[in-house]
Amino acid sequence: MSRINKNYIVRAKNLTKRFGDFTAVNQINFEVEPGEIFGFLGANGAGKTTAMRMLTGLLKATDGDAHVAGHSINGSPEKVKYSIGYMSQKFSLYDDLKVYENIRLYGGIYGLTGKQIRSKIEDILEELNMTALRNKLVRDLPLGWKQKLAFSVALVHDPAVVFLDEPTSGVDPITRRSFWELIYRAARRGVTVFVTTHYLDEAEYCDRVSIMVNGVIEALDTPQKLKEKYHARSMHEVFVHLARKEQ
Amino acid sequence: MQKTFVRIENLTKRYGEVEALRDISLDIKQGELFGIIGPDGAGKTTLMRILVTLILPDSGEAAINGREVVKDWKYLRKHIGYMPGTFSLYEDLTIEENLHFFATIFGTTKEENYDLIKEIYEHIEPFKDRKAGQLSGGMKQKLALSCALIHRPDFLVLDEPTTGIDAVSRVELWEMLGKLKDEGLTILVSTPYMDEAELCDRVAFLQDGVITEVNAPDTIKKEFDQPLYAMNSKDNYELLMGLRKMDMVRSAFLFGENIHVVTNHSYGEEELQKAVLEEAGIRANIRPIHAGIEDCFMSRMMD
Repeated sequence: MSRINKNYIVRAKNLTKRFGDFTAVNQINFEVEPGEIFGFLGANGAGKTTAMRMLTGLLKATDGDAHVAGHSINGSPEKVKYSIGYMSQKFSLYDDLKVYENIRLYGGIYGLTGKQIRSKIEDILEELNMTALRNKLVRDLPLGWKQKLAFSVALVHDPAVVFLDEPTSGVDPITRRSFWELIYRAARRGVTVFVTTHYLDEAEYCDRVSIMVNGVIEALDTPQKLKEKYHARSMHEVFVHLARKEQ
Repeated sequence: MQKTFVRIENLTKRYGEVEALRDISLDIKQGELFGIIGPDGAGKTTLMRILVTLILPDSGEAAINGREVVKDWKYLRKHIGYMPGTFSLYEDLTIEENLHFFATIFGTTKEENYDLIKEIYEHIEPFKDRKAGQLSGGMKQKLALSCALIHRPDFLVLDEPTTGIDAVSRVELWEMLGKLKDEGLTILVSTPYMDEAELCDRVAFLQDGVITEVNAPDTIKKEFDQPLYAMNSKDNYELLMGLRKMDMVRSAFLFGENIHVVTNHSYGEEELQKAVLEEAGIRANIRPIHAGIEDCFMSRMMD
């Protein structure tokens, strides 16, 4: 695990991305503290995915910078990638590999030793209650299981921060909740969780939430304070109020 | 008494060893906004694909407005609008070109049925020269819905139209479905969002290929007969873990800022508060609540 001495694990400074004359992300500034569950919300097209791709070192910023897990996304994007976990919207697992083979593959990619990989496979299968499914092809797993496995695989190298892009999209209410219990467990172990979702009940599970509108962070606070500020009963009301106003 | 528009009788479909649908029977009334909810893999998409004549059932029958899906598929395809769960328009065509393409396939024009799609299409018309592949999720859905409606179908089938869509676009999409219902369309829609299930006239729970209940959302909620409480504390995760260990607790799930707890008997708030303090060591705020559709659905899933 990378050692972070400063009191933030993600810090964006005037982070900007332009595509031609369209500004997708417009000078955003925010910090995420270690161990925090940080909800990164916004409407479709507000700039969330673009911002997330910059923060994970996958897309170059047009302007500004961000430090993630101690590294600059401009200066050392490869070090950023090595220090973080990322679960993309599209699955990052290989359908034609078995459950344990996926864990082994990612362990290998992140440079774990054979011994570390073997113990990781056992740990993950046990935590997910999937020991009996070790030799099953990922293709044959229900969506909810795949998502839990993808999450654990994103954490295989014990990153300080994990980025989750709509991890619960399309799954049933019980699976959604058991996924969030995994998130809580990771956060308790000190992993910082940076998560996007369209389920606004899930925004309530975050320590702090930012809401992006048209490339700008329009609001950032704890769910409780946001609800107080906008005189809303739920995060759903806060979100609809902010996102609709701008359209 | 509303007339039956979609009649489904003893429908069965297998994929190899998997029984996707087991002997399903269901009636959908004319002009109804009908919801199907069920976990991933329950058979929702299979049922929809049979109704829109894309796959054949192994046995059983289904008819839409008196026309059999197996025999009259050719007729039905002209009268059904279908929006599949994955975006299925041409990403390298513009908004306008996609709409024109689907209108032509159905032997009509955009102008002929414009009144039906006007309100939806107006949202995306300013971007009509943009390629479909470059649209945001909410805009893609509006375009897909426009294309599904361009031939003025009587029956609209939407497979999880709001998955991956933001809350504002979800609200807008459901406002549109309400208006289409007012136009007289019969609508079948599946969703993983339980707040959307509440907006349907009736809802069917589909689980492991079997329909376990069909009812109006209000009726489903009223039928919930287990003691249900909303609880919260300074640390809800710790409270959740503590509750799970208690004998009196049947189930405990995160629910926004609260945890919803079903107990094995009815208890007074103070009695429950004392028990949580003694057994889990946590001071919790507790109040009895009425079930929402999500509580009902989750309790059914655990049966």
